[in-house]
Amino acid sequence: MRRSVQFLLFTAVSLTLFLLLPLHARHAQQHSGSQIAQLRRLQLTDLCLATEARYTRHPALADHHAPFQEHPLALEHFPSGSLILPSLPESDKP
Amino acid sequence: MKRALERHLNILEFTLASLLRRKAKNLSLLAMYLLVIFILASLQFFVTALKREAAIILSDAPDMVVQRLVAGRQDLVPARYAAEIANIRGVTAVRPRLWGYYYDALNGANYTIIANDDPAIGPERVSIGAGVAKARNLAVGDLLPLISYDKAPVMLEISTIFPSNSDLIAADMIIISPGDFRQLFNFPSGQATDLAVMVRNPKELPTVAAKIAGQFPDSRPILKNEIQRTYQSIFDWRGGMTLIILASALFSFIIFAWDKAAGLSAEERKEIGILKSIGWETSDVLLLKFWEGAVISLTAFLVGTVLAYGHVFFLSAPLFAQALKGWSVVYPRFQLVPVVDVYQLAVLFFLTVVPYTTATIIPCWRAATIDPDAAMRY
Amino acid sequence: MIELSGITKSFNSGKPNQFTAVDNVTLTVNNQQITVFKGPSGSGKTSLLSMIGCMARPTSGRIFLHGVAAAVPFQQEGVDSVEITSLPERFLNQIRRSTFGFIFQQFNLVKGISVLENVMLPAYPTGEGQALFRARALALLEQFNIARLAGQRVELLSGGELQRVAIARALINNPSIIIADEPTAHLDSKLSQEFMAIVGRLKGEGKSVLIASHDPIVFDSPLIDALVEMRDGAVVASRSSR
Ligand SMILES: Nc1ncnc2c1ncn2[C@@H]1O[C@H](COP(=O)(O)OP(=O)(O)OP(=O)(O)O)[C@@H](O)[C@H]1O
Ligand SMILES: [Mg+2]
Repeated sequence: MRRSVQFLLFTAVSLTLFLLLPLHARHAQQHSGSQIAQLRRLQLTDLCLATEARYTRHPALADHHAPFQEHPLALEHFPSGSLILPSLPESDKP
Repeated sequence: MKRALERHLNILEFTLASLLRRKAKNLSLLAMYLLVIFILASLQFFVTALKREAAIILSDAPDMVVQRLVAGRQDLVPARYAAEIANIRGVTAVRPRLWGYYYDALNGANYTIIANDDPAIGPERVSIGAGVAKARNLAVGDLLPLISYDKAPVMLEISTIFPSNSDLIAADMIIISPGDFRQLFNFPSGQATDLAVMVRNPKELPTVAAKIAGQFPDSRPILKNEIQRTYQSIFDWRGGMTLIILASALFSFIIFAWDKAAGLSAEERKEIGILKSIGWETSDVLLLKFWEGAVISLTAFLVGTVLAYGHVFFLSAPLFAQALKGWSVVYPRFQLVPVVDVYQLAVLFFLTVVPYTTATIIPCWRAATIDPDAAMRY
Repeated sequence: MIELSGITKSFNSGKPNQFTAVDNVTLTVNNQQITVFKGPSGSGKTSLLSMIGCMARPTSGRIFLHGVAAAVPFQQEGVDSVEITSLPERFLNQIRRSTFGFIFQQFNLVKGISVLENVMLPAYPTGEGQALFRARALALLEQFNIARLAGQRVELLSGGELQRVAIARALINNPSIIIADEPTAHLDSKLSQEFMAIVGRLKGEGKSVLIASHDPIVFDSPLIDALVEMRDGAVVASRSSR
């Protein structure tokens, strides 16, 4: 087979896959409504993303700044934070 | 029609042959391009899907949460607050909530404990998330031993383990009865962690909130849409952070691509001259250059996006796990429900494929319009 | 038959460094003959050939192509000639592709791709099916005894092989006129003679060949039919061997 035809076939296949993405997503969304009733009754407000930080796992809200200040690489919102490094757990210290 | 198609095929054929001449260079360019698009698209899929999950959860959330502050820090709410708030006009229900965190000294994990008087739980019975079950290696019917604040062991029988497809909500969750909750934390009776308030008409929310704040100066009402806003910005911020790290990679890629595409070497210039002299028209040469840019950028875009979709929605985004996980011991498996934001994909397309292809064609424009007889004078 | 009348080519006209490379040339080149253009360097041979080959337009004068116009779609009925200097770019290109084959002094092959691809190159934009011109290219390579080199990249070929690839490329679109500019400048005398033998064969197949050269092997060859001598852009002598 000619190289150009091979390439066009390959592109057609990847384009088809690409165009199928939104269809697959819609299909998956329609079949995902199985959230557990017991959990829904809890009236939660947050996702369980990173369980260690209080702002990511807080059934209400910690305070306005909390979500933005705890990452070691975060640009610090408060002057004192730029002077003091986050302390490591005992086990991680060199 | 057939001739036009053949012309495209033929010129594409030559494009591929000529790209294969510098196989190592063009393959590494393609790989780099693909990686950049893969990561950008993964990130975009991931954040969009998380936002959707958060929005779904929030749709069940109470209209307003009332906290009490003591010296600016959150504190327990006395039960009488609930009774008085319930009397405010427009408030349909007030539910005192009991929840908190439990630090598991065995493995260093933090669990979220919520009290619920669901009959399915009952005293000395407990429902736990899949993350907790995995961290403690537990099954339904086992006993979950917790240590109370009185240093007394509290043994709870596991009645339910939430399936791992609810991990995003419940991975670290322990749901127990209010009685067990108070025993575990030595929690004062007549107090609650906070209050969930339901209001008849959402338009009255700010008025009700103002009334509560006026009546209880130490209270802090948090509206549902404030929580929504905060979550949106957390995800945007997290996504943005990754973007900043990526930006440097992207930038060097752009320089590389620009150098590759824009720097028309003497060799290439001569080649264009040869093509013109043996009968190629300007439009043929530009078509060749169009394909040269499109083959690389279109392939990278299509394949990169499809791979990113698989990475995020079928493999649960292992590449992002490290960045998001932080120090978490209990880490949910992200079984995200796929979301495709066509608009964002279009933006990605116009930021990657279009500039690259244009940058390949434009510098050839001048070279392609030289007189065909110039090649006779090399 | 190619008919030139009053062809003049000036470069940088209107500027102080104006230069007339071809000066009022009137000439007839017969079909199915070998015509050699001879003259010192700078006498305007290349300029003249590129105008005949529809690569450049003359500043003034007209060029008629007779009996080779079959490929031109807008051909008026009963008229067997086209005047090419006034044609729009698109038609010029079409005529150039279908009527002329070019052999350059430096061969001008594209490096990095195979011999076969080089030979097929002029056919790509014509929109002809690849199977057709591929078969033709292979037949040409066969004819020039370089079929075994088809998959080879051109950098690795010897001068004589390069020359034959260049000739094969000039023939891929079945042109009726071959234009060769200093084709033997880089060849030793044996290869130059071989080239002339090939040119003789092409004439036998009914093609017209126009060669610019100051190589005695070319212009003293018994095979040639006409010799045009040029100096300072003008034709100083024109003789026909027959
Ligand atoms: N684009 C141009 N601009 C200005 N002058 C040009 C240009 N092209 C050619 N000339 C001049 O026209 C004259 C004739 O050039 P041409 O190449 O036709 O000569 P030639 O007979 O082919 O010479 P040679 O035998 O060295 O190849 C030369 O003096 C050359 O410098
Ligand atoms: Mg010359």
